[in-house]
Amino acid sequence: MPANPATLAALTARFGPLPTSEFRGQTRVVVARDQLLEAMRLLRAELRFDLLVDVTCVDYLNYRDAANRFGLVYLLASTDTNERLTIRVYLNEPQLTVPSVIGLWKGADWLEREVFDMYGIVFDGHPDLRRILMPEEFTAYPLRKDYPLQGRGERHNFPVLTRREA
Amino acid sequence: MSLAAPTAERPQSQQDYLWTLNFGPQHPATHTTLRIVLKLDGERVVDAIPDIGFLHSGFEKLGEHLDYNQYVTITDRMNYISPVANNVAWHGAVERLLGIDITPRCKYLRTIVAELSRISDHLLCTGAMGLDTGAFTFFLYAFYQREVIYDIFETLSGQRFHPSYTRVGGLFYDFTPLVIQKIRSFIKTFPQTLEDMERLLNRNRIFVDRTKGVGVLAKDDAINRSVTGPIARASGVTRDLRKDEPYLAYADFDFQVCCATAGDCFARYYVRMAEMRESLRIVAQAIESIPSGPINVGVDERTTLPPKSQVYQTIEGTITHFELVMLNRGLTVPCEESYAAIESPNGELGFYVVGDGSNVAYRARCRPPSFIHFALFPELIRGHTLSDVVAVLGSLNIIAAELDR
Repeated sequence: MPANPATLAALTARFGPLPTSEFRGQTRVVVARDQLLEAMRLLRAELRFDLLVDVTCVDYLNYRDAANRFGLVYLLASTDTNERLTIRVYLNEPQLTVPSVIGLWKGADWLEREVFDMYGIVFDGHPDLRRILMPEEFTAYPLRKDYPLQGRGERHNFPVLTRREA
Repeated sequence: MSLAAPTAERPQSQQDYLWTLNFGPQHPATHTTLRIVLKLDGERVVDAIPDIGFLHSGFEKLGEHLDYNQYVTITDRMNYISPVANNVAWHGAVERLLGIDITPRCKYLRTIVAELSRISDHLLCTGAMGLDTGAFTFFLYAFYQREVIYDIFETLSGQRFHPSYTRVGGLFYDFTPLVIQKIRSFIKTFPQTLEDMERLLNRNRIFVDRTKGVGVLAKDDAINRSVTGPIARASGVTRDLRKDEPYLAYADFDFQVCCATAGDCFARYYVRMAEMRESLRIVAQAIESIPSGPINVGVDERTTLPPKSQVYQTIEGTITHFELVMLNRGLTVPCEESYAAIESPNGELGFYVVGDGSNVAYRARCRPPSFIHFALFPELIRGHTLSDVVAVLGSLNIIAAELDR
């Protein structure tokens, strides 16, 4: 179901016109990086989006006609009205830092850690931003499009034991 | 793995007497491969630090290299306790991206298999929770019924554990009369077992003492920490996507959303037991009113392989078959992105799919309920005893394959 017009009106009233699109009944609003925290605070406190469904990221490296490298996706929902809204933030290579929303939703903790682990996006203000799925000594960001499916040499470092040596 | 740094309220000097215990990665009560570093003061858990990633197999990366039909076999292996629910979620998300409206019969069949897998998942969760808290008989009752459901899935698709039952725009295979007969007999026999199971544990002194008041999750906390599904409903959140955003055929059936208010391990067990009964009601209503007609969308949609009679006898069927089979052709996918979620047995299971015009998803993000629920664990266990660890872990139903993907 598309977002409530009142929600979009409240966002526009605060931040001016934001790029908004709709696809299959899902409304997406693009927010600038430095406005993210303020917009989230508005959505959480005044527009009653109390559930952070997911935080994820898309790497648009090989995407046709893509203007930006990374697109963060925040899926929000309201447990009262069942309204859903998608917030997008676009990031480019040298500046891969966004403010963390963990102060608003504690559920963002592991979700942001996973995005950091997989894409190397730094969430400013996150209290415990460590790798979560990959080992700590891993240096690459595996879900980036320039990271190959086969891995990049990590397996060659494993010691090979033959039957005779074992 | 580095442990979290000593905080201001608990400086290192005060932590010296604490004993560190590694729980897992291989421990019978974790059921899967996950590790928790427990800091103990005697038998009391002062802190718990989850360490995950042992089963990380890059499912989301694989989703960018396997096509929309192939990837369903990977979703089977995410939550392998209720694989069909993942199949339904994945193809539901793909069909939303492609804008396909599946046939009424397909909607009913998908509803039935999704509800059967919910029963199977809840049986494992409550059964394993009983096993960990000492109720072995209960576990055997639950596992016997799971076997019956596995048998249904085997008759349905030829595979017990990984049915890969859905396809883009339809299903792998229609229900045969034997499947319907088996589901009907399951509907007849299961309530008796469920009653026996409830009689075994609901008022069992040992079980109730070990689970009541343990791992309490408040309602506000549950929402703030993105918790969904039975765990949220045990804390009083009434959100259930089957009612709130009716997908498939759920709008046609009469069923209730089961909630509790206590938010402890017992409430989570209780909600799951109650949900099985409601799921059985849905299956019973659906199996008697399956609409007739095809299970796959028509040839005009160009998403599923048409039946052989159409391929050989009509030009549209032949063209569709070749379009789908040839390597440089295939589905028509918009350069767009969409999210679709279902109420899986464990909570909201959604897929964020990005299409780039090709047969393969550009990004296939899974919103895994286990991952979000396991983040709760330190919060729930703090202050309880070591023996409560298994009770809390059992009530959260953590499936490591879905946790790490």
